[in-house]
Amino acid sequence: MSESVAKAKTAELAFRTSDLSKVYGEGPAAVHALRGVNLEIPAGELVVLLGPSGSGKSTLLNILGGIDRASSGRAFFQGDELTAMTDRQLTAYRRRHVGFVFQFYNLMPSLTALENVDLVAEIATDPMPTMDALDLVGLKPRATHFPSELSGGEQQRVAIARAIAKNPTVLFCDEPTGALDSKTGVGVLKALQEVNTRLGTTTLIITHAAATAAMADRVIHFADGQIREVIENDHKVSPDEISW
Amino acid sequence: MFAFASILDRKLLRDLWRIKGQAAAIVFVIAAGISLFVMSHGMMISLDETMRAYYERYRFADMYAPAKRAPDYIIEELSALAGVNDVEGRISGGGLVTLPDESAPISARVLSFDPEAVSPINGVHLSEGRMISPTRNDEILLLKSFADAHELKPGDSLSVTMNGVRHKFTIAGLALSPEFIYALPPGEFVVDNGRFAALWLNEDAMEAAYDLDGAFNEAVLTFSPYANEDFLITELDRILAPYGATGAYSRADQISNKFLVEELAQLKTMGRVMPPIFVAVSIFLLNIVVTRLVQTEREQIGLIKAFGYSNRDVAVHYLKFVLAIALGGALVGWGGGVWLGRMIGEIYRLYFHFPFLVFIADFSTLGIALAISALSAAAGAFFAVRSAVVLTPAVAMRPPAPPKFASGNGVLKAVSRLLDQPSRMILRRLSREPARALLTAFGIGAAMGLSVMMRFNVNATDYMLDVSFNVIDRSDVFVSFVEPLSDKTILELESIDGVTLVEPVRSTPVMFKHDRIEYLGSITGLPEDAALNRAVDSDLQDVDITGNGVVLSEQLAEILNIAPGDTLTVEVREGRRPTLDIPVTGIVEALIGTPAYMDMDALNRQLKEPNRVSGAYLKIDPRMRQAVYNEIKAIPKVAGVSLRREAYENFQKMIDEGPGVFRYIMTVFSIVIAAGVVYNSARIAYIERERDLASLRVLGFTKIETGYVLLGELGTLAIIALPIGSALGYLIWSYMATAMSTDLYQIPVIYKEDGLGYAAIIVLLATAFAGAFIQRDVSKIDMASALKTRD
Repeated sequence: MSESVAKAKTAELAFRTSDLSKVYGEGPAAVHALRGVNLEIPAGELVVLLGPSGSGKSTLLNILGGIDRASSGRAFFQGDELTAMTDRQLTAYRRRHVGFVFQFYNLMPSLTALENVDLVAEIATDPMPTMDALDLVGLKPRATHFPSELSGGEQQRVAIARAIAKNPTVLFCDEPTGALDSKTGVGVLKALQEVNTRLGTTTLIITHAAATAAMADRVIHFADGQIREVIENDHKVSPDEISW
Repeated sequence: MFAFASILDRKLLRDLWRIKGQAAAIVFVIAAGISLFVMSHGMMISLDETMRAYYERYRFADMYAPAKRAPDYIIEELSALAGVNDVEGRISGGGLVTLPDESAPISARVLSFDPEAVSPINGVHLSEGRMISPTRNDEILLLKSFADAHELKPGDSLSVTMNGVRHKFTIAGLALSPEFIYALPPGEFVVDNGRFAALWLNEDAMEAAYDLDGAFNEAVLTFSPYANEDFLITELDRILAPYGATGAYSRADQISNKFLVEELAQLKTMGRVMPPIFVAVSIFLLNIVVTRLVQTEREQIGLIKAFGYSNRDVAVHYLKFVLAIALGGALVGWGGGVWLGRMIGEIYRLYFHFPFLVFIADFSTLGIALAISALSAAAGAFFAVRSAVVLTPAVAMRPPAPPKFASGNGVLKAVSRLLDQPSRMILRRLSREPARALLTAFGIGAAMGLSVMMRFNVNATDYMLDVSFNVIDRSDVFVSFVEPLSDKTILELESIDGVTLVEPVRSTPVMFKHDRIEYLGSITGLPEDAALNRAVDSDLQDVDITGNGVVLSEQLAEILNIAPGDTLTVEVREGRRPTLDIPVTGIVEALIGTPAYMDMDALNRQLKEPNRVSGAYLKIDPRMRQAVYNEIKAIPKVAGVSLRREAYENFQKMIDEGPGVFRYIMTVFSIVIAAGVVYNSARIAYIERERDLASLRVLGFTKIETGYVLLGELGTLAIIALPIGSALGYLIWSYMATAMSTDLYQIPVIYKEDGLGYAAIIVLLATAFAGAFIQRDVSKIDMASALKTRD
């Protein structure tokens, strides 16, 4: 993707929320996971969400990813209101636009690396060649291996390949390095950055590792279900320079 | 060890509540097996006890000694015989009942009865109305089953032809009698309440009607448990010989008792053979389900251990967990079994016309039920818990190692190349642990086998009926005579307008003797080229009865230990009562009873009674039915008329409403077991794969696409289970049919494809239902939380 197209994309908004709230439970036991979040995320950015557990970052990611519903407020994806969508529409949204990477990889153990990528490509409207996706994360040589035959870092890179194979508009990563050691984690972050810069995919990464923020375009700090601070990072560094 | 209400116990209760659907399904599976066992067991001892109590209370005779005309004073001589407790002489005669609503004559047994006797032998139970008056000769007691069939009440009147003279009686009361529990019209092997009447009359009236003043024609005896039956029969025959004795026989050969005992024996066999199969299948399933249930708890087991609980604590915890379910099943099963037993008992009471039913809820069955369910559940849990507790607690703390999979060998690889990824997942799951997949399929198959067996059972009964009424006996009407008559009677029948075909039969009661073995039965003499009532073997081929010998059924030949070429001694029990030596010329496999066939003319020659017939099969013009019946009624010496179509319908009804209920219950249970197993297998597969399924949903798979991964596996297992279930059904039924066959009834081991189809439909329906429940779970899957948890 050329630089000019990537720039043009930044002018658009990938996500916008207004007074987004999420409450789990009722009465005195109610937990306010999100308390009126207002947020704008420009398309094409790599965004890192930081904050202690229970601060609401995962809840926000789940709502924006269409796998959870808000209690009140609104959320928009490219002008379409996610908070007004039916189950079926949310499924279609995930299928078409969203790539997910999870802390525990969530690969299908019965499928090989390539087949895990194919799994998503089969139901996508405009997938990339699946081998290319594996190549992008540097796992082409391991294509026929089953998850049980791959290391944690390799599994996570397969998960990234699976997430990007459909050419998603947005990529959500919930603690992608949480189960990995630092060195392996860097490899995964590099893969994510590669995807973001080469494909211009809007990428949201949740992490505990504050150092990761150094590679982001934008860093959002969460506390108590609210955004504490949004920092635009003008001096992005390569994941190679990050360690935790 | 079993400290009450610890934290773990609280967890236990909550866990049980969490899996309540599954627990309920397991409870039903085990309860189905147990309740069937408890019901049959309870019913068997109850029926036995009821029969015993009924016989005892109404002093059912131990022996019968019929004669032509014996003077009353002989009774004293009979009562002096060693072992005899009590003797009574009575008059027993045949008759024909005429009812305004029935054109066909109905055969009746008329007995003398002393209304003032305190506790007579063969007493009656007065169920409605009052006892006949000792001074009135126009009052009768009528058998209740017959009265009910024709809606006759005390006060109604009834015409009976006795000894050629028509009498009119008033019904004083309705009676039940141990002598007519099984009320069989002559020449029938099917109960037909509406076509056989028993009535009791004053002795005076009977003496007048049968011209037996100061005499009796049947002695009934009770004897002590130590009496020598053979000795008594010989002595009775000797003493009564001058008075036209036709041969004493014991209770075992009394027709009602014989059929009742046979029926109970068959019930017992069914009750003995079937429930263990159900119990075996259900404990097998319980075992599978419990094993897998505990396997899904592996992570929890690791966590509990990490908290510091010992292996033993964990083992005891899960043991309690499965025992709670298994004992729940046993209790539900026992309670359900007792309830069903009472219900069925009442059905049998009405069917057999017992005045009461002694239902025995046997607590020993409760112990057995608890023990077998607890043991089978514990055994299932033991291995699963053992493999779980060997895990170090750290296993629960680490991210899970993905289960190992492989692409498989050539064939599997080639097949999987043709599939999309979700189908590939199904195929690999199944091929990864073929033993487990097969075990599940086997479990579903076992449940299906029960349905197959039940259907084959229905098929067998239908087949017997079809053969009896459409192949062996193709007549419309069977007319029996009080004694063998000249074949002129056949001409007389043929001359009746509306009778299109008449086929004579000569049947004679005999005592078969061979190798010191005696068996009371009869020889049926059939004309050459018999068409209305044929002798056929189990392949429905005509039996060749030409020649002078007798052809025996295999069952009879076995009883008598005799082979073709041997000579059979036959003591004839009617007429001149000759003893004959007849060569056995053939042995055939018969379907019903223990028949012996001869050519009719050959039989008559042996008996030195040429051209005698004892009955006739008729084909009639349906439009002239009424006229034909009226003509037959006018023929003297007709003992009874049986209408084949009515008998057929009656038999069908009896199967559906009487003992058939037992069959329906078992069919329902086989469905419950199938549904329970499929649901549990599906539910466990769901739990094991919840995270994968949630991932698929997140990746953008629709609910149906996600469900397919699970339900495709379930469906495949169900389809694999079909041939297994068919094979098991064959095996179980082959065993059942052999085990349930008796002297009187050979259960045909026929296999009809519709039985397999029927059972397959049940399994597939159960699978569809279970699948619908699981699909509902898939639809409600919580994507966000499932993703956070590890396996």
